Amino acid sequence: MTDAHWIPLDMLLAALLLGLGWASVATRDLKRGVALFIALGLLLAVTWARLRAPDLAMAEAAIGAGIAGALLLAALRDEDRAVLPDAPIGGPRLWLLNLFCIGLAGAVGWGLLDAMAGSDGIRLAEVAGDHIPDSGVSNPVTAVLLNFRAYDTLLELAVVLAAVLGVLSLGPARPGFERAGPVLGGLVRWLSPLLIVTAGYLLWVGAHAPGGAFQAGAMLAAAAVLLRLGGRADAGLPAPGALRWLLVAGIAVFLVVGLAVIAPDRAFLQYPQGWAGGLILLIEAAATLSIAVALALAYTGGRPPGWETAGRLSASPSRREGQ
Amino acid sequence: MLPQEIIFGLTGVGLFVIGLRGVMLHVSALARILAINVCGAGVFLVFVTVAYRGLGERPDPVPLALVLTGIVVAVSATALALALARRLQEGGDE
Repeated sequence: MTDAHWIPLDMLLAALLLGLGWASVATRDLKRGVALFIALGLLLAVTWARLRAPDLAMAEAAIGAGIAGALLLAALRDEDRAVLPDAPIGGPRLWLLNLFCIGLAGAVGWGLLDAMAGSDGIRLAEVAGDHIPDSGVSNPVTAVLLNFRAYDTLLELAVVLAAVLGVLSLGPARPGFERAGPVLGGLVRWLSPLLIVTAGYLLWVGAHAPGGAFQAGAMLAAAAVLLRLGGRADAGLPAPGALRWLLVAGIAVFLVVGLAVIAPDRAFLQYPQGWAGGLILLIEAAATLSIAVALALAYTGGRPPGWETAGRLSASPSRREGQ
Repeated sequence: MLPQEIIFGLTGVGLFVIGLRGVMLHVSALARILAINVCGAGVFLVFVTVAYRGLGERPDPVPLALVLTGIVVAVSATALALALARRLQEGGDE
């Protein structure tokens, strides 16, 4: 099989992607839009697998379709009107907008094709590929994420933390769901431990095969979402005091490791030879917990009960322990 | 240039523009957040297409790592945007 054999299937995939994208945005029924968006996410995961990016396929299915879909569905509950009114603009202005969009698509598409055709084929891939044996892991994506471009990933964890702090500062969590019936309850009891084990596996296997901190964190967060849907208002998360520490654990461990490896001949985050594998696993383990807690808190939609008192608790832990 | 680069590259541009049109057209915050996610999916598709180098070749890991971070950042931003939208709907209490 060569790339030429795949063209019909790829065309079908592309048509489905565009169709789903259009349908999810164009529909006036928000519930349908969200459902189509989740389908688009799953189809994107198939596309990533087709384009030889299995790490992304897993992350997309778990985060892009799973967690984002859960977030949007939860937000639908708050929406006053699930069906949008008629398009607010019409006639000539709508035509103008469509014309602008077609023009933009043409210009960006032409620019992209021109850039790809004119490319000399020299990319960072070769440099990255040559240094993978030194990176401590054999999965190229993990090597780039946690070694070659570790600084980016550190800042990304900061972005995730900032976003969740924003969510937490906006108000209390949504009320939880009713206790699930026996069927869903049983499913939750079966699936949550399985998801936790899968998360551990993905974290470990990320060093040499598709997987890693993001996928593992998403799996843990999925367990939390499932527990909340099953009727546990706290989503199975630990008490707010511990939650605060877990939320910053990823970035804290990352920073401490980055600073600890500094030596006269080594810069920030430049792991010493032979230590890289272990240090990456340590950072990834902490990042997994932080990402999971961040996504789970984002799903609950705000501060869990007792969040404010937990702040005071950390100021004087001995006296308030029992409360 | 591989045919796949043309097919998926243009699909990515298409998704981007479809999302952008939705952002400009809709009034509801939730519909706009959904549309901007479609927009982002288009950008990711362009990145992954650039990384792709054929069936027998290992793709470029650098854009893939960027998209992986992008997916996580996009979902965090979506969560923040949804929380802001919910707060707006409640009318605030300042």
